[in-house]
Amino acid sequence: MSQHKFLLARKKGMTQIFREDGTVIPVTVVEAGPCTVTGLRTPDQDTYSAVQVGFVPAKDKHVAKPQRVAAEKAGVPAFRRLREFRVQDTAPWEVGQEIKADVFEEGDVVDVAGITKGRGFAGTIKAHNFSRGSETHGCMNVRRPGSIGACAYPGRVFKGTRMAKHLGAVRRTVKNLTVEGVDLERNLILIRGGIPGPPNGFLEIRTAKTGSN
Amino acid sequence: MDKIIQEFDKRNMKEDLPSFKVGDFVKVEYLIHEGKDDRVQPFVGQVIKYSGHGVRRTFTVRRIVQGEGVERTFPVHSPKVVNVTVRRGPNKKPRRSRLFFLRDRAGKAAQL
Repeated sequence: MSQHKFLLARKKGMTQIFREDGTVIPVTVVEAGPCTVTGLRTPDQDTYSAVQVGFVPAKDKHVAKPQRVAAEKAGVPAFRRLREFRVQDTAPWEVGQEIKADVFEEGDVVDVAGITKGRGFAGTIKAHNFSRGSETHGCMNVRRPGSIGACAYPGRVFKGTRMAKHLGAVRRTVKNLTVEGVDLERNLILIRGGIPGPPNGFLEIRTAKTGSN
Repeated sequence: MDKIIQEFDKRNMKEDLPSFKVGDFVKVEYLIHEGKDDRVQPFVGQVIKYSGHGVRRTFTVRRIVQGEGVERTFPVHSPKVVNVTVRRGPNKKPRRSRLFFLRDRAGKAAQL
C-alpha cells in the first residue's frame, strides 16, 4: 500500500490555469495546512491506529476544556479543527510534527471531503429535480410535489418518498480528484474540479481510496 | 473574489497585453501543433466582444469566410495566443460593447 497522505484545508475558490499546451484546467484553490500532529491512536491503547491532526491555531477561549487540556498534555498548541485519519501504522508520525502542503505533489489522486453549502428547507423541485405544473390551462400546481401515494391500499405513504426537505449542509466526499499544483510557500494546493462547500469551508484531503496512485 | 485567488491569478496572467478594442480588425497569432512542429496560425477578423475578468478573460473575433460568418473565441491569457496585432480600427466607433448585430448583416451593411 502506498503511503497514506492527508491534510486539513480550507477552500478558497475556483479559477483556471493554463497548461503549456494551452489547455485550460479548472481548479479549486485550497489553503492546505500547515497542520500539526496533535495525537496518535495506537491499537494497544485505542484499539485502532490513527493520526490526529489540528488545523488553524485557536485562542484558548475558543477551545473547549477537554480539547484544551488534551493539547496541553500533548504539548501542542490548541487548534480550531481536529481530525483523525486512520492509518495502518502510526510509526512515521510523532506528536508535534508539522504536515505541510508538500505532502502532496502534482499528479496525486485525492479524495476531498467537505460540508456542502446549505440550501435551507428546499421544495421537491430544488431537492429532487421534480417538474412543476403547467404554466397555462388554469393549472394551480405551482411547485407542488404531486401525488405521494395511492389510496386505501397501501393506506400509507411509503418510506423514502421524495418530499421537501432540508437540503445541503451535509458531509460529502468527492473522489479521485487530481492535484494540479502545490505552492508550499503560500500553503496552496490546486485541485482539479469542484469541491463541496462554501469559500473558507473546511476540508479534509487524503490519498484517494480507490483511484490509481 | 478571495485575495489569495486574485494574487494567484496574477501569476498566470500575461503582463504586457496587446491593446485592442471591440471593433478593431485584428490578426491573432495562434500556436497550433502540427505533426512535430508548432506553427503560428493567423486568424484575421473583427473583435466583436470581450467576456470575463482576470485570467478567464476571452475575446471573440469574427470574420467572413466564403460568405459564411466564422467566430472564434480566444482566452486573452492563453499561452497559445502568441500575439495580437491591430490591422486597423473601425470606420465608425462602435456605440456598444458587443457587436452581435453584425451577425444579422451581410455585405456592405456589415461594415463598421
